[in-house]
Amino acid sequence: MCTHHHHDHDHDHDHVHPTRPELDGPLTYHQRLEIAVRELLIEKGIVTADEVRRAIEAMDARTPAQGARIVAHAWADPAYKKKLIEEPREAVLELGVDPGVTKLVVVENTDKIHNLVVCTLCSCYPRSILGLPPDWYKSRAYRSRAVREPRKVMSEFGLEIPDDVGVRVHDSTADMRCLVLPKRPKGTEGWSEEKLASIVTRDTMIGVAEARIP
Amino acid sequence: MRGHHDMGGEPAGPVERTEHDYAPWEKRVDALLVLLSDRERNLIRTDELRKNIEAIGPDAYDKMSYYERWITSVTANLLQRGAITADELGRKLAEVEQREKDGLL
Amino acid sequence: MSEARFQPGDRVRVRKADVPGHLRTPWYIRGHEGEVERICGFFANPEELAYNRHGLPKRALYRVRFQQRKVWPDYDGPAGDTIDVEIYEHWLDKA
Repeated sequence: MCTHHHHDHDHDHDHVHPTRPELDGPLTYHQRLEIAVRELLIEKGIVTADEVRRAIEAMDARTPAQGARIVAHAWADPAYKKKLIEEPREAVLELGVDPGVTKLVVVENTDKIHNLVVCTLCSCYPRSILGLPPDWYKSRAYRSRAVREPRKVMSEFGLEIPDDVGVRVHDSTADMRCLVLPKRPKGTEGWSEEKLASIVTRDTMIGVAEARIP
Repeated sequence: MRGHHDMGGEPAGPVERTEHDYAPWEKRVDALLVLLSDRERNLIRTDELRKNIEAIGPDAYDKMSYYERWITSVTANLLQRGAITADELGRKLAEVEQREKDGLL
Repeated sequence: MSEARFQPGDRVRVRKADVPGHLRTPWYIRGHEGEVERICGFFANPEELAYNRHGLPKRALYRVRFQQRKVWPDYDGPAGDTIDVEIYEHWLDKA
């Protein structure tokens, strides 16, 4: 039932990732509802089973590794970084990442500014770049508190932002999807893009973590 | 009136850094939304998905998981758009339940 | 699609309104004054799209930047901390 564990890029190693039970016990009401609705749609010729399967495959192919590759390239190539901030759509397409219908906004962390992304109204997330959001991003606690006490929330993630660095929260409530371009850590000079990408985690692109040399 | 989903700045406890790998049924819900919202089918828009989620009611909203809210909303929209009827859905749900009892799922 | 009414740098105030329906303007930011950071483009009105209407004409969408200390009187971070919120033109007045 566990499909993908992207332990390289996805998340920290010390978390447990249980899957929700599916066939282990009786189906829940909503699981039955999903089956019923899907079968009705297939019977009516609105979708096919094959289309559902392919949509899942496409979704599984979108992982934070895509974002990491984009960030690493931006770190390595200042002209690309400029393009990524000014024309994010064209910039990610250039690397073979399909932003889909997403209107992307890329915000850069610097020595003076740290960016943090949240969606207080639902759970908007740059899915076309990073894949599906983690549970905590969709939680009441994160959605409620990230706008009002961002520094406290980040410190719960182990990230302390000094007072001389401004915190810029982005509540992506409408049509734009926000991606944080984390700061390149000192000591990574001369690294290959592949090696750079290995330290760009999903959380650094949401803003609850900084890229660090392990 | 402030909506229950409109929670920015409301008091809440610590962020529990839970995550889980999405179960197949959750991915299928996601896939259905992707397909139903594409240009050809156009049977749900993002804002319809959101509107129906906002209509769930505070207690149910908090009890349901993310994809439980989604399938609830997608179903509501298909009914609203007339793509499926409540009668069809009720009969199909009963059939699914029966297949489960018979060990056929 | 018409011209955007506001430009980056303009001071704007979010309408303080309590409206039923599907809205994309968070409650906490209504009534607050901020500065247009950028024009995101023109989009069909989500308040109409939610009811399967076309939502045209398209509306200008802005990212508006607010000072955290002004939004939350008890904000305990430095004065420079800000929050950017995406707001449709019809929710903004000139400040």
